Amino acid sequence: MRRPSTRILVVVGVLVALVLAGVVSVYASSSPDGLTKVAIDQGFSGTEKVHGVAGGPLAGYEAKGISDDRIAGGVAGVVGSLTVLILTGGLAFAVRRRGATAGRAPDTSSGP
Amino acid sequence: MHVPDGFLDAPTSMATGAVAVVAVGVALRGAKRELDDRTAPLAGLVATFVFATQMLNFPVGAGTSGHLLGGALAAVLVGPYTGVLCLSVVLVVQCLLFADGGITALGTNITLMGLVTVLVGWLVFRLLQTVLPKRTSMVAPAAALSALVSVPVAALCFTGLYAVGGQADIPLHTLATAMVGWHLIIGTGEALITGLAVGSIVAVRPDLVYGAHRVLAARALEVRGERQARA
Repeated sequence: MRRPSTRILVVVGVLVALVLAGVVSVYASSSPDGLTKVAIDQGFSGTEKVHGVAGGPLAGYEAKGISDDRIAGGVAGVVGSLTVLILTGGLAFAVRRRGATAGRAPDTSSGP
Repeated sequence: MHVPDGFLDAPTSMATGAVAVVAVGVALRGAKRELDDRTAPLAGLVATFVFATQMLNFPVGAGTSGHLLGGALAAVLVGPYTGVLCLSVVLVVQCLLFADGGITALGTNITLMGLVTVLVGWLVFRLLQTVLPKRTSMVAPAAALSALVSVPVAALCFTGLYAVGGQADIPLHTLATAMVGWHLIIGTGEALITGLAVGSIVAVRPDLVYGAHRVLAARALEVRGERQARA
């Protein structure tokens, strides 16, 4: 049985994640989540304060300046996914056990 | 389950902030043992997948939705220490870029979703591994069950925090019942996604799955033992 290389697996996995965040997310439920629902039902949602970056360019998973809601949501999802990929990949490479051939500088290229 | 600003008072938020800082510090040291050149890219993939999947709110009835938390998923795929790091990066990005989860509540959210779900998920998973047959086919079901447990436990932990530092006077019993009730349903979605994701990686590259290492090692020993017995 042929097994895919780690590289192929990670590339395919990231592509799946990008489709989920960039396309499928548009069809996600917009109902309040469990905690928000409980807060509304029990009457403590009113203590919520406006978020510090509520006016940010990606706040609420919508890229500002794009009129089409679907595209704005998709762009936000893709930007977020790539940000998480670069940060976590870089962090993981920085703290990993160095192999015999690994150099000093952490490999932050994280991507394939 | 992203807690916004204003739900919990300042002392509670500072306390969970301290817990989160210690947790991430310990995770940074522990992850060294879990990560090498082979598994580091997988950590990037796991965090990215958790972020993407957390955008996919699924309906759970009565105008309510839920999404994957991903703690058990990350713990089983890349190990508990790395799992805490993956979830923490996701939560920081969600908070600072997407205004999802309060800034003063970041410590609370890392504690609940980055620490509790990973820890509970991993402990239940290890417990299940000791009682289930030592087969790779058991890794995904065990991961799914541990994911199912991790979500209501995190909801219960929120209830505990709210009892200590909630900004409104809510009867603890009704809050606990409502939180655990909804999050049991959300937990079944969590179990489904976790089982599918872990199952697909175990199917193609079980050697990369942290939670499958013991099973693979036990199987290698068995094979060697059989060979010796035959010789």
